[in-house]
Amino acid sequence: MPDRPVALARGARAGDAPADAGRPPHALALTWRQYRLERRMFWRNPSAAFFNFVLPLLFLVAGGAILHGDQHQLDKLVPAIAGMSVMSTTFTALAYNIVFLRERGVLKRIRGTPLPTSSYFGGVAANAVTNTALQIAIVVIAGRVFFGIGWPAHWAALVVFVVVGVVCFAALGVAFAHVIPNFESTAAYVNAVFLPVVLVSFYVFDSTTAPAFLRTIAGALPLLPLIEGLSGAIVTGASLSSNLDALAVIGLWGVFGLYFAVRGFSWEQSR
Amino acid sequence: MSDTDPAIEVHALTKRYGEYEAVRGIDFTVRRGEVFGLLGPNGAGKTTTVEILEGYRGRSGGEVAVLGHDPAERSIELRRAIGIVLQSGGIYGHVTPREVLGHWAGFYPHPRGVEEVLALAGLEDQADVRSRKLSGGQLRRLDFALALVGDPELMFLDEPTTGFDPAARHAAWETVRSLRDLGKTILLTTHYLDEAQELADRVAIVKDGRVLAIGPPRELGVGGSQYRVAYLDRDGGLVEHQTEDPTRLLNELTGQALSRGEELRELSVGRPTLEDVYLELTADA
Repeated sequence: MPDRPVALARGARAGDAPADAGRPPHALALTWRQYRLERRMFWRNPSAAFFNFVLPLLFLVAGGAILHGDQHQLDKLVPAIAGMSVMSTTFTALAYNIVFLRERGVLKRIRGTPLPTSSYFGGVAANAVTNTALQIAIVVIAGRVFFGIGWPAHWAALVVFVVVGVVCFAALGVAFAHVIPNFESTAAYVNAVFLPVVLVSFYVFDSTTAPAFLRTIAGALPLLPLIEGLSGAIVTGASLSSNLDALAVIGLWGVFGLYFAVRGFSWEQSR
Repeated sequence: MSDTDPAIEVHALTKRYGEYEAVRGIDFTVRRGEVFGLLGPNGAGKTTTVEILEGYRGRSGGEVAVLGHDPAERSIELRRAIGIVLQSGGIYGHVTPREVLGHWAGFYPHPRGVEEVLALAGLEDQADVRSRKLSGGQLRRLDFALALVGDPELMFLDEPTTGFDPAARHAAWETVRSLRDLGKTILLTTHYLDEAQELADRVAIVKDGRVLAIGPPRELGVGGSQYRVAYLDRDGGLVEHQTEDPTRLLNELTGQALSRGEELRELSVGRPTLEDVYLELTADA
């Protein structure tokens, strides 16, 4: 509050109003603005940057050091880490983000403004997609430079699997946020899903002797199909058509996630 | 709608949560350019009523018009014309007030200038400090600034000073007055008598989901002209006087007591509390 009364004529404006003042802002322009704000906030928050980039890279470096020289294993490591990166930059990051903003009342405040819901989520999702793209680029480049893997054999397949994987895991992250009661319990809830899914998917992907029931479980979850699709795109050069069933599993999870993301979304913390 | 229509019309509004009736038939009208207070204790149904008007909640029954719109439809035109200060609304911690106000301004077709709003809210010195480093009072100013930056016709202030120390309260009151001076219509909720008295042109006193009385604060005796002077007599009985002139009454009472060589035990001068007003209003009914 001002220490002194501030007298301002109604309608008086400083010179920093947007040049197109007067016209209602376009939803796409607002999506872009939200995206830019999300990017700015992402880089200013060291812990978010850590979870998104450093942690998967540590896995990559540690795995690379352990498997040094074993090209067969390195061929498995790179797509596995790429798949995990998709999940951590979308599912994990969005669940954290939304629970935090919901609990702080930021979502409720946004809900009271004319910012269209589609613009808000468009900006938030584009921010997650940017992180995924950066992460995939880092993993692919690391594979090329350090792990003796060539450039992706099948760029189109790489793009398709990353896009479908991002949509699927982003939707599941938003839907999952609805289940998490408060921010303190977010880590427990997210890890209770993230760690088992990553472990079982990595194990089945790598092992030729995994029990059939584990294969069935991992194959029905979205991460293993994503890793297999990425492996085909980055390493083996398998065509898209040979991985259509994997794509279908991810797509089904995506539909499931989108349904609950939209239907169950809550803008404020239940009291 | 024309400028002479009321800003807010509420008729027979009800809201049920399962078995519980939070709002049990509320009627009031807010005129354009006025500061209207919903005054009542916690749990009276004030916030439920305001959140229905803001479009956050549906209603169970009754008619509601906000600037001519049904808020339940959540039309973008209505959201462009209102500014909301929530009871507890958070903000992004890693951006500064200048940045977040610039972002918010982009939502509206006719925003006020960011610099102007920063000045109006008294945030010039914190304009480039990240929000997570701001104090509670500074964050409240940012709440006002964010609600104001779209240059709304109508502003909702839900318990704008709850939890404030006296200095911060008076500063917040100054801000509300400057909003009124800008021509804004304001609906505020409060459980402080003095706040309603200081800020509102008219108040509706709400309790248990019903309106007990509506009118200018003074006419309702809300923290207005009446003072209560009380003491214990020789037998320990409580003696109470109502007066508009406590100075004169105290002079008389203490003068008489001293001349009798007595003491006025537990002498106190007070303004009526919200509870007194309720008791009086419900006793009249």
